[in-house]
Amino acid sequence: MFDGITPQLLFGQLLIGVINGSFYAMLAMGLAIIFGLMHVVNFAHGAQYMLGAFVAWLLLSTLGVPYWGALFIAPVVVAIFGLVMERLILKPIAHLDPLYSLLVTYAATLVIEGAVRLNYGSTGLPYSSPLPGGVNLGFMFMPWYRLWVVVFSIFTCLGTWLLIEHTKLGAYLRAANESPETVESFGINVPRMVTLTYAFGVGLAGLSGVLAAPIYQVSPSMGSTLMITIFAVVVIGGMGSIMGAILTGYLLGIVEGLTKVFYPEGANLVIFFIMLLALIFRPKGLFSGEKS
Amino acid sequence: MPFDAKTDPLLKVENLRAWYGDSQALHDVSFDVAQGELVTLIGRNGAGKSTTLRSIMGIVRNRRGSILFEGQELMGKRTYQIARKGIAWCPEERGIFADLSVRENLTLPPILKPGGMSDATLLETFPNLKARATSRGTQLSGGEQQMLAIARILRNGCRFLLLDEPSEGLAPVVVKEIGRQIRVLKEQGYTILLVEQNLNFARSVADRHVVIENGAVVDTLTNDELAVDLDRVKTYLGV
Repeated sequence: MFDGITPQLLFGQLLIGVINGSFYAMLAMGLAIIFGLMHVVNFAHGAQYMLGAFVAWLLLSTLGVPYWGALFIAPVVVAIFGLVMERLILKPIAHLDPLYSLLVTYAATLVIEGAVRLNYGSTGLPYSSPLPGGVNLGFMFMPWYRLWVVVFSIFTCLGTWLLIEHTKLGAYLRAANESPETVESFGINVPRMVTLTYAFGVGLAGLSGVLAAPIYQVSPSMGSTLMITIFAVVVIGGMGSIMGAILTGYLLGIVEGLTKVFYPEGANLVIFFIMLLALIFRPKGLFSGEKS
Repeated sequence: MPFDAKTDPLLKVENLRAWYGDSQALHDVSFDVAQGELVTLIGRNGAGKSTTLRSIMGIVRNRRGSILFEGQELMGKRTYQIARKGIAWCPEERGIFADLSVRENLTLPPILKPGGMSDATLLETFPNLKARATSRGTQLSGGEQQMLAIARILRNGCRFLLLDEPSEGLAPVVVKEIGRQIRVLKEQGYTILLVEQNLNFARSVADRHVVIENGAVVDTLTNDELAVDLDRVKTYLGV
């Protein structure tokens, strides 16, 4: 069955897998951070990712701000959008069952996507690569921009992980995941921490969107197609586990890429098959540190 | 009328009522605590002792009445604002964070006011914690967790402590040690409001006892009165 598998095909798909994995990891990490502190399943994550790409496109097409500027500005814009969203629609329902926030963020997705579609249509908008060209590695061609995405996303994930696991700010966050009341009783403004954490997670989605703009088309639905996979990643990695989300993201991207080589028909299914197995044998996730 | 630290109680709770959802947990709780005093809230399970502490701290937000701390009204304030006035709370379930090391747990609360215990004094008062600094919070024994939970709130400069059943579920020898530590804190001038069901433990540390029954204060006794009229209180506690 391995006949006809050339190094170009294998490594090409592996690269696509790692690229996809980079987006899975960054988006799943943001979802895990938000879920850990707020118990909000942020269904709007895909729309916020799309907003990141879209703001980058707007910055370029209307103000002439290049990619490297958008890489900093767009995530901030999207984070501010998240901040407003938390204050206006999530905070008022924070005391209710998590199901409400899930529905509300899903509704937000429909509104955001609809608004973009209404104004800019549903066909993809082009965003040219800021790093054209690449290098021939002999066994495959490596485009510079894709290399940049992989390296940048690894640093972003590691940086976020260090921030959460090895700083005082992160200790507050981890402690508040366990008992927000106790943390607030230490004099820490937990409501503000919740708002900023949501904004941070949403900003990460926006950042992923900017990274994605030159690779995928900038279109209103670019997030929702991705989100189904991201949720599978979060379920497999364990809700609320940061490192679990990161590792599972890369791992599943690679598994998906390799499946495309060895069993192309199963490539769209493999992640959900793994999710099924994870739910049966480790329902709390591969990296939750505990069984069932 | 401005607050006079010499004559006014540090904490004055008046007609405190509190609700969990639709059910009223506190009906009418009034008592006060003087500067430097150690007062216990005693009563049966479910009488409303912990709810009183949680209402003072603003954890239970659906509450009415008046809670004056240093003459300032705490009603309508959020938990973190109440803490910043100088009140620290040690929850019944101890609130030790499983995901954090002992050192991280200990140093988590930010310094709110000057005059908190130094790390050296802290480890002197709670020698058990020194050896366990790098352990995860949940690897500690129940007694060590309790000591950590108390030690943790002494660094930040709060001088008024709400302690929720520190003796609960601990071996007698550990309860004794915690009693010793609480007396040390009292000697150092901390004002303490202690929730207790263990009458012997309460007697060994307190100046005064406030008896709570069905969400209301039904009696108040000094520690001396308790000694001569132990039966009166035992009736309340049903022991």
